[in-house]
Amino acid sequence: MSAIGYILMIIGALFYVLGGLGLVRMPDVYNRLQAATKATTLGTFSLVLGVGIAQPVWFVKTLLIVVFLTITNPVGSSVLAKASYIYGVKPFKLSKNELDKLYKSRGDENADN
Amino acid sequence: MNTLIGILIVIGAFFSVLRLIFGPTTPDRVVAVDTLNVIITGSIVFIAFLLKSELYLDIALVYGALSFLETIVIARYLEGKK
Amino acid sequence: MKKYLSTFITLWVIWIALTSFAVSEVLTGLLVSLVLAGVISKVVDYSFDFTIIPKLFIFVFVYVPVFIVEMIKANFDVAARVLNPSLPLNPGFVKIPTKLKGNVGKLTLANSITLTPGTLSIDADDEYIYIHWIDVKGETPEEYQKHVSGKFEKILGGIYK
Repeated sequence: MSAIGYILMIIGALFYVLGGLGLVRMPDVYNRLQAATKATTLGTFSLVLGVGIAQPVWFVKTLLIVVFLTITNPVGSSVLAKASYIYGVKPFKLSKNELDKLYKSRGDENADN
Repeated sequence: MNTLIGILIVIGAFFSVLRLIFGPTTPDRVVAVDTLNVIITGSIVFIAFLLKSELYLDIALVYGALSFLETIVIARYLEGKK
Repeated sequence: MKKYLSTFITLWVIWIALTSFAVSEVLTGLLVSLVLAGVISKVVDYSFDFTIIPKLFIFVFVYVPVFIVEMIKANFDVAARVLNPSLPLNPGFVKIPTKLKGNVGKLTLANSITLTPGTLSIDADDEYIYIHWIDVKGETPEEYQKHVSGKFEKILGGIYK
């Protein structure tokens, strides 16, 4: 049982390294967010569940932490991506931009919230 | 085994700190802090495992909640600062 | 009354999950939840049907496994992109249509989009979800939708409506 836990923990830590590497290597904010969010969410998923499996008494609580993080982490990164777009960070290249129209059409409404 | 996991976590955190220091724009730095927060939450759970103390799980939960709040507030601030 | 009951049950479940199953904890939780629900239910607009329970089972046993498999795929995709020296990227902002109404359904869909390969949801309005896509494929919103959220939309449509 604790062997499975350790394997999951190592996988989780490896995904942390991957997330950090993505954060350093990707060229602009949006791609960085993508790499970092995905890798760290799965990393936490795996690491925390690994702890829960190695210590079965804590399983319910670790599950709670995992569920909480899987809900909040993507929301946080969506909000950050929107904020960076409004802040004016330019994507390094774009093949398509349909977001532009949205913020032009509701520019005034967006200014005050 | 524990040392290996610890080293891997520290390497991940180190890369985020690099982005935090060199990030050209403010959103880059905020993204780095957000990533760092998730890594810290995970490592608090790992510390709970190392010290065999259930108390740290509660700390991890509260830290996760607070870091989420922090991300939202900073994002709001950036949106208004345009 | 319905509001009160659903708030009470939610609070009690959270209390038990956060503490433990010891008798004293469960009883304290019962008391605290009874009082707190009386205060909170006047302020918040929150209630659920009891038909949610079978739906919850569908959610856990059908949706969650699909989601976890997609998440693992997404991470290998990220790994392949990050470790590739030439960084293969073709990013763009696109919008995809969704039929889901209601906040919880949309939140679940947006979170699933964020955690699946190559996409990050940014904003949502009544009909569309706006996403950043690392490798744009296709031309029209319908094609995007088939690539990005087709699988989830089908399952979630049955749950949230």
